Amino acid sequence: MVKLAEWRGKDVFRTYGVPLPKGHVARSAEEAEQLVRAGTVPLPCVIKAQVLAGGRGKGGAVQFAGTPAEVRAAAAAILGLEFKGERVKELLLEEKLPIARELYLALTLDRAARMPMLIVSAQGGVEIESVPDEQIVRLPIDPFPGLTGYQKRRAAKVLGLSGGPAKALDRLLDALWAAFDGEDAELVEINPLAVVGDGLVALDAKVIIEDDAAFRHPQYAEIRDDRTPLEEIAREKEIAFVQLDGNIGVIANGAGLTMATLDVLAEYGGRPGVFLDLGGTDDPAKVTEAFLLMARAKPRAVFLNIFGGVTRCDTVAKGLVEAMRQVPASERFPLVARIRGNNEAEGIEILRAAGITSIPQLRESAQAAVAAAGGRP
Amino acid sequence: MSVLVDAGTKVVVQGITGHQGTVHTRQMKLFGTAVVAGVTPGKAGSTVEGTPVFDSVRDAVERTGANASCIFVPAPYAQDALLESVDAGIRLAVIVTEHIPFHDMLVMYHYARSRGARIIGPNCPGIAAPGTAKVGITPNVVFRPGRVGVISRSGTLTYEIVNGIKEHGLGQSTCIGLGGDPVVGTSFVDALPLFEADPDTDLVVLVGEIGGTAEEDAADYIRQHFSKPVVAYIAGRSAPPGKRMGHAGAIISRGRGTAATKVAALEAAGATVARFPYEIPDLVAAALRDGARR
Repeated sequence: MVKLAEWRGKDVFRTYGVPLPKGHVARSAEEAEQLVRAGTVPLPCVIKAQVLAGGRGKGGAVQFAGTPAEVRAAAAAILGLEFKGERVKELLLEEKLPIARELYLALTLDRAARMPMLIVSAQGGVEIESVPDEQIVRLPIDPFPGLTGYQKRRAAKVLGLSGGPAKALDRLLDALWAAFDGEDAELVEINPLAVVGDGLVALDAKVIIEDDAAFRHPQYAEIRDDRTPLEEIAREKEIAFVQLDGNIGVIANGAGLTMATLDVLAEYGGRPGVFLDLGGTDDPAKVTEAFLLMARAKPRAVFLNIFGGVTRCDTVAKGLVEAMRQVPASERFPLVARIRGNNEAEGIEILRAAGITSIPQLRESAQAAVAAAGGRP
Repeated sequence: MSVLVDAGTKVVVQGITGHQGTVHTRQMKLFGTAVVAGVTPGKAGSTVEGTPVFDSVRDAVERTGANASCIFVPAPYAQDALLESVDAGIRLAVIVTEHIPFHDMLVMYHYARSRGARIIGPNCPGIAAPGTAKVGITPNVVFRPGRVGVISRSGTLTYEIVNGIKEHGLGQSTCIGLGGDPVVGTSFVDALPLFEADPDTDLVVLVGEIGGTAEEDAADYIRQHFSKPVVAYIAGRSAPPGKRMGHAGAIISRGRGTAATKVAALEAAGATVARFPYEIPDLVAAALRDGARR
């Protein structure tokens, strides 16, 4: 998933016609000051750190300013902040508006209903997790008609809107629905949605785009998620790779088998350091690449657990043996292998010829891997 | 008898001329499945593994009587492939393709449902009924005819577990791999009634994973409507919160959809929950000895 920073989310909103405050991005205190001096952002204004974590208001990552000098000082203070582990590199400056009320709106997927869901609450401006269930209304939306008139009227009623603001909500919900659908979003969230005079304004924007729809939205490809450098390389090679804080490297195929492997290792005191899901492949070179990537994470031991379905055991064995040849002797680590399933006998024979024994039972092989990494921590 | 497929199942493979389509057409035939047609637009008149290729599903259905589809078409074109098969009268479509946007899948699911068609998947191994037919990519070698039903959200882990059941000397009635995507055509709750009604299934093995609430929903269904014994396993007990574990379904969030909530719900519904995959065959054998749950 691609989580968009607030200003990128607001760019999406702007494209679809969701009303926004006047604002602009700045990447230095000088630039921030210039934006208000030039009148691009009216004073007084709000200066917001562009980080993905929530709770910015309490953490000093959102400040108000009434003069160009105050803007410069606030911008300088926020830039360079370390907010929940994320360094602030960008600011969003926006006009400060006279807010009458703060509301909550979101569109996301309801997996069980297999429908998008509109989530509405009159309690905006606070974390939605802290709002009691009875003050949140969830409306499933059938994708065929899409968002309907009566659902929009229901939302207006829940939000206590009538007259001008209710009309504004009708237009805003159409725009939000179009953005959710058109951008293949997993989530579009406005919190808070402000009532300002006779209209509505999205004061914040949280937009998450689905990875699988990337082929329709090349513009999001440049935006990196919170991956480590090795995770990023793996992503480019289409290998699922996650770094944890343990010392056993795990290579398996398929998400379920990978998780089951971690569960068994944990049972015997092992701590997975990196896990890597080969997925389905019939290319030994991909196995070699995956294994070399694993070697770069410097595990104490590696546990290879493959059940061959689409992937053949002999393919994995060939790729593995080639990788072991390429890892320099000084960087070698103990390897425990378990390969089962499609072409199992051929795979085991290839490993045996290279001096690697496959342990057929999951329990015994996991125990061997924990022992190879130095036993219980 | 078996679930969803039977001796009358005639499969059309959409995307048959691709690598995966060709490989698995051969494997389905080796399993004993009647693969009667393939579809790749522009390739009509050729054959793959002895199977005639047509330009459209409509042509394939008219000429061969195909009544089930196995879809290998790449993600950007998978929605179109599914809509085409439904409009051609296909009522069972197994979608093997992975990385289909869930927005597309929402349209596919509701379209199929409105026309009385069932989707298995996407991103799934499909259905296998040993001795009868297979629609999908499950490896032939792990199966053996028997009386254990298997429903799973996983792929490879399913093969591991099915193989374990075979090595224990038992066999399977039907195995359905549902797929692990956020939106699936058939969920545990959709699949369980089929096994309840199947006279050839004595027990169901349910293989779930963390993320979503499909297992909790299955537990509700089992408690209220399911009379046969259930042995369950939930993968991902040791998974760190918030880390993606390979696909979108496997995310822990907000205290729901954790391994603990799923295990508790299933146990409360009367299922036996294995802690590790290798415990499943013994638990299955014991449950079969004890007979029905109630």
